[in-house]
Amino acid sequence: MLTRRDLLKYGISTATLSGFAPRFARGDDGDGPRTPFVTKPFIQELPLPLVKSPFSTGPNCVAGLPTVGVKAGPGAHQFFDQPGCAPTLAYTVDVREALHQFHPDMPATKIFGYDGTFPGPTFRAHYGEPILVRFFNNLPKDHVGFGIPSITTHLHNGHTASESDGYPGNFHDSGTYWDNHYPNVLNGFSKDPQETNTADCMNTLWYHDHRLDFTAQNVYAGLAGFYLLFDDSDCGDETNGNGLQLPSGEFDVPMVFGDKVFDADGQAVFDFFNLDGILGDKYTINGAIQPFMNVKPRKYRFRFLDAGPSRFYAFALSDGTQMIQIANDGNLLAAPIARSVVTIGVAERHDVIIDFSKYLVGDRVYLMNRAEQTDGRGPTGTLLTPGDPLVEFRVTSFDRTDVSQIPSTLRTPPPKDLTQVVARRSWEFNRGNGQWTVNGKIFNNDEVRAHVKCNTREIWTLKNGGGGWSHPIHIHYEEFRMLSRNGGPPLAFEDRKDIAVLGPGEEVQVFFNFRDFQGPYVMHCHNVVHEDHAMMIRFDVEP
Amino acid sequence: MITRRALMASLAAAPLAASHAAAEPPPASTGGRRHFPNPTLLTQDNERVAFYDDLMKSKIVLVNFFYVECTGICPAATANLVKVQELLGERVGRDIFMYSITLKPLEDRPPQLKMYQEMHGIKPGWTLLTGQAEDCELLRRRLGFADIDPVVDRDVGNHIGVVLIGNERLDSWAACPAQTEPKQIVRTVSWMDR
Repeated sequence: MLTRRDLLKYGISTATLSGFAPRFARGDDGDGPRTPFVTKPFIQELPLPLVKSPFSTGPNCVAGLPTVGVKAGPGAHQFFDQPGCAPTLAYTVDVREALHQFHPDMPATKIFGYDGTFPGPTFRAHYGEPILVRFFNNLPKDHVGFGIPSITTHLHNGHTASESDGYPGNFHDSGTYWDNHYPNVLNGFSKDPQETNTADCMNTLWYHDHRLDFTAQNVYAGLAGFYLLFDDSDCGDETNGNGLQLPSGEFDVPMVFGDKVFDADGQAVFDFFNLDGILGDKYTINGAIQPFMNVKPRKYRFRFLDAGPSRFYAFALSDGTQMIQIANDGNLLAAPIARSVVTIGVAERHDVIIDFSKYLVGDRVYLMNRAEQTDGRGPTGTLLTPGDPLVEFRVTSFDRTDVSQIPSTLRTPPPKDLTQVVARRSWEFNRGNGQWTVNGKIFNNDEVRAHVKCNTREIWTLKNGGGGWSHPIHIHYEEFRMLSRNGGPPLAFEDRKDIAVLGPGEEVQVFFNFRDFQGPYVMHCHNVVHEDHAMMIRFDVEP
Repeated sequence: MITRRALMASLAAAPLAASHAAAEPPPASTGGRRHFPNPTLLTQDNERVAFYDDLMKSKIVLVNFFYVECTGICPAATANLVKVQELLGERVGRDIFMYSITLKPLEDRPPQLKMYQEMHGIKPGWTLLTGQAEDCELLRRRLGFADIDPVVDRDVGNHIGVVLIGNERLDSWAACPAQTEPKQIVRTVSWMDR
C-alpha cells in the first residue's frame, strides 16, 4: 500500500529515510557533540526486552535469595508481613556494566544495564502477587566517564513504601545490594481491603535509576526497564473473555524511546556542561537505532515510554492512520480515544492500539516523530511534516483470526471525593541564575517541603514559571487525578496520571488521595537534567 | 538520610590521599582534553596558568564564574563557597582545587582579584582567575555557564550561579547551585572522590 511514490507523497524523502538531520541542544554554537557515524535505518529488527524470571518462589522465597556483598538497605519494610503483602516471588537483578550494540554500523557501546541489558528485563507482575527484588550494585568502582557507580532504583508510579521507592537519597554503592518490596496491592489496602477499588489498577510502569544528582547520567547510561502490572481486566490474555481482550503476547509490544549521541569509538556522549536538557542525534527504540519490525495484519498494543533525558515526541503514522490510545501513564482510559498525533513528555507512557489489518503483505508504514525540538527547553510546538522516522513496520502474512478487541469502555475511573480535601498546596517551577527552583528554592535532601498526613486527600496546583521552558512534573507515592489545565478542563486523555506536562506558562490542578505508606518521597521535573540540578522537593507522608 | 556525622565520617574515610592524583596517570579514555580548552589565564597573584594542563588535569575541582562588583548572586555564593572551603579543610590546594573565573576580565585584573580574595577570606587552594576576554568567554560557554536565552545571557547581573564539581581523572562531573547548603556541596565532592 505504501510505495516509494506514496512516501514521496507523504513528504518522506529518501534522504529522510536514510537518517535524520540532527536537532539538538546548543547546536547553534557548533560546540554540541555530533555522532560521526552514518547509521543505515531499518536494517536491524526491533529488539524486545527479555522477560524477568523469579529467582525463588513461595512463602520463603526471600530467604532463598543470594546475599553477595553488603546489604545497604532498607532497615525495615512497611507492611512486609501483612497478609497479601508478603512476597511470594523473589527476584535478583545484577546491575552491571556491559557492551551493547545500538547499531550494526557502530562499535559496541559500554552501558550500565539491569542484568547488563538495555532496556533492562521486563517484569510481568500481577495484582495479588507481592514481589521482592534484590538489586545488586555490581558497577565498577573505578568507572571512568559519565554515570556514577552508585544507584537507587525507582519503580515509576509504583504504589510502594518509601524504603522501596528508590528515594534519591537512598543510594547504595558498588558491592552492596538493596531490597525493593513491590506488594502489587490496590491503593488503600492498609485501611480496609474491602474498600479498595479495582478502578485504581495501574498497568504500564517502568523502573529506572534515581541516584541523587546523577539520575540523568545513570538512566542515559542504560538503567531503565519496563514493569508491566496485570489485573483481572488488563489480564495479558486476549483470548480470555472475562478480561478486556486487549492484544497480548507477541502483540503487546513495549517500546522505550531514548535519544543519544555517540563518539568516534561508538561510546555514548553525555554533555555534562549543558544544564538545560540534552538531546541526541540518534533515536534508539528498545536499544536499537531506527529498527524495523515485522507485523501481522491485525491489532497490536504498543506501550510507548519516553525515557528522555529531555526529548518530547509527537508520534504519528506516516500515512496518517489514527492510533487508538487506551492508556495514559499506564492507566487505562475510561474509553479509547482515536488520535492522529500522540504527544509524549519525558517519563510518560502512552499505550496505543495500531490496527494493521487494512494493509497488504509487503506494505511498509512508519512510526514518525513529528515534534520539533531544538534544545532542552522543550518542543517548539511546531509539528514537522513528515518528521523523523523511528520504526519501519513491515506487514507480513497472518493466517489466524485476530481475537483481540478494542472495547468501547475500558476502566471507569474511581470517584474523586473533593469534599474531604484537607490541604491545598501550590508549587511554581522556575529558573533563576541558571538554577532550577521549586517555589524559589533548590532541592535540599534534608529539608521537608511538605508534611502530608497519611490517608488524607489534597489538591496541589503546579505552575510553570515561564521563560519558554517545558517541565514534565512527576510525583511519587500516589498517582493523581488531573482536575484542570489552565483553568479549563484537562485534555481528554488526562485523568489518572503521574506526570503533568507543564508547557511554558501552564498551570494544572491535581487531586491526591495519599494512602497507606509513610516516609520521604519526592516531586521533581522529569527532564532529568533539570531534576539533577535541584528542581525537586522532598515531601514526607506522616501519621 | 545522611547525617552530618556520617558525611564527615565518609569524607574522613575516603581513600583519596595526597598522592592519589599524582601517583596515577590519567587513563587514556579521560575525556578532559575533549571537554576543556587550554587557554592561558592569570591568577590573583599575576601568575600565568594553563587552564587544562595546570588547573584541571588529574584533579578534583570546583569551578564557578563571578565578578568582583557583582551585587546579585555572587556575595552569597562566595560566602557559601568560603564555608565549603572550610569544610574541605587542608585538602583544598592539595588534591581538591577551587576556581572562580571572572565574567568581567577587562575590569577584574589580578589586583582586583587579590582584593576580592582578601575581602572574602578566600584561602590558598582557591584561585581567582582572569585572562583575555575571548578566553574567559570560551570557557564560560564551554563549561555551560551561558544561558540559552540570549536576552537573559546578556544580563550579566543575573548570571548563572552554579558550581561545577568534577574529578578530571575519572571524567566525572556534576553541578550544584552555588547556594546549595555547604555540606551538600561537600557531599557532592565526596562522590567524585572515588
